[in-house]
Amino acid sequence: MKKMICIVCPVGCHLEIDEHHNVSGNRCARGKTYAIEEYVNPLRLLTTTVKTSHPKLPRLSVKTNAPIPKKLLFSVLDELNHIVIQHDVKVGDVILSNVKNTSVDVIATKNIHFELK
Amino acid sequence: MNFDIVIIGGGAAGLAAALQCKDKKVSALLIERDQSLGGILNQCIHNGFGLEVFDEELTGPEYAARYSHSFLNSSLDYMLDTTVVDIIKNEHFIIKAMNTKNGLFDIHAKAVILSSGCYERTRGAIHIPGERPMGIMPAGSAQRYLNIDGYMVGKRIFILGSGDIGLIMARRMTLEGAKVLGVAEIMPYSNGLTRNIVQCLNDFDIPLYLSHTITNIEGHHKLKAITIQKVDSLYQPIEGTEKRFVVDTLLLSVGLIPDVQMFDSLKFHMSPTTKSALVNQHYETSIEGLFVCGNALHVHDLVDYVTIESARAGLCAVQYIKDKNKPSKNEQFVNINENIRYVVPQKIDFNRLDDQIEFLFRSTLKAERALIKVMQGNQVIKEKKVKYVAPAEMEKISVSKNEFINHEPITMILEVLQI
Repeated sequence: MKKMICIVCPVGCHLEIDEHHNVSGNRCARGKTYAIEEYVNPLRLLTTTVKTSHPKLPRLSVKTNAPIPKKLLFSVLDELNHIVIQHDVKVGDVILSNVKNTSVDVIATKNIHFELK
Repeated sequence: MNFDIVIIGGGAAGLAAALQCKDKKVSALLIERDQSLGGILNQCIHNGFGLEVFDEELTGPEYAARYSHSFLNSSLDYMLDTTVVDIIKNEHFIIKAMNTKNGLFDIHAKAVILSSGCYERTRGAIHIPGERPMGIMPAGSAQRYLNIDGYMVGKRIFILGSGDIGLIMARRMTLEGAKVLGVAEIMPYSNGLTRNIVQCLNDFDIPLYLSHTITNIEGHHKLKAITIQKVDSLYQPIEGTEKRFVVDTLLLSVGLIPDVQMFDSLKFHMSPTTKSALVNQHYETSIEGLFVCGNALHVHDLVDYVTIESARAGLCAVQYIKDKNKPSKNEQFVNINENIRYVVPQKIDFNRLDDQIEFLFRSTLKAERALIKVMQGNQVIKEKKVKYVAPAEMEKISVSKNEFINHEPITMILEVLQI
């Protein structure tokens, strides 16, 4: 049995789901779908930053281009911690592809431009 | 330097207002104090922006990048790294600005748009008792240190206030390896979106202490511990409910205040509720030619609403410059009932009615079903049913020009409907 609050709409139903995927507390069908998805394999979009060698912009903001399993969040962050951006990047550029074999990419959400010396 | 319009602040509001000033007959300048455009959006790296304006979910920096891109391609004038220190109104406006290249200098303008956003309430504003060590800061400041500058402000964190910034920072600090011990909220409910409670707190088992506040802070030099206590219905701490947390950082998410009061020389009429200017439907203050929009006018839930409002304000400023023969004003205040906390605009100028006026307002209560009524005298000129009204969610209603029956003041009424 797991309890959760539905976030599909502003009502915020308090849901309960058991191991046979019986959902209670939902006022509509969307709540049931939400509860089952959250119970079986909750997905989250990850937004974070990676390091750069830019003298004025030390961080580049990034996101996964699709939601990834919640349980992978911290291992993806570990991988991103090893990256240092040293070249120009545009919004949407892939920073890390097929992260943890999810076929999801981590992409830049900001432009960064290195001045020529 | 002479311009028709000077826009102060290059965040979401300033950029949207400035883009409306792309007019061959109008000269405009945008002044931004940071080194880049985009304002606070740049540090809001989470997603959820843009659903209304772009019909897709963007992160803050992506939303900012789209507007900065349009702005930089527009050949509008701008100054970065420049701070406005005062504005004086004689016949025209004299803007006292400052930067490291030119020192202090004057800019002359016929109209000014304040799009300077808001600032965060600090510890001093809420009178938390105890010692005064380092390690206590507003959540938005910590957000900037982390997401822009790359500094972690602490490892063991407590958060006071359950507004969305506090919740977002609880998740952000956790993802970066800090331990967030809890969030305390003095009200019996959270002011944040349910989605943020679920995905920022529940996802990481961070406890939310409702009806709790901080009653002691320990630490001579650095923060050592805080104590929270449950409060009664009058918000007074209840003895025997103390909980002590050993932390090195306390983040405050206790409210935002429009950043317009620094312009001391400008004495415009203020609203005690929004803590900013009273404006008419053209976002014009009691000072002719001075416009305010975005979070500098009132704190919005969504950046999309800031963009829409500010674009309108920009257009009104352009119109103000172009209109050579302006009719005198006939301004009437908008009255509200006790279920409405505030409405913007607060005034209607009946001598210059546009096709439509959009009113944004906040309720004082939560209701599943409610009715919004706009009255003139005893007559209802517009009504609209709404669902799930809450103080944290802005509501809107539009009234078109031909719906007004006369030039008498209007009253907005929010009625709770029984289910």
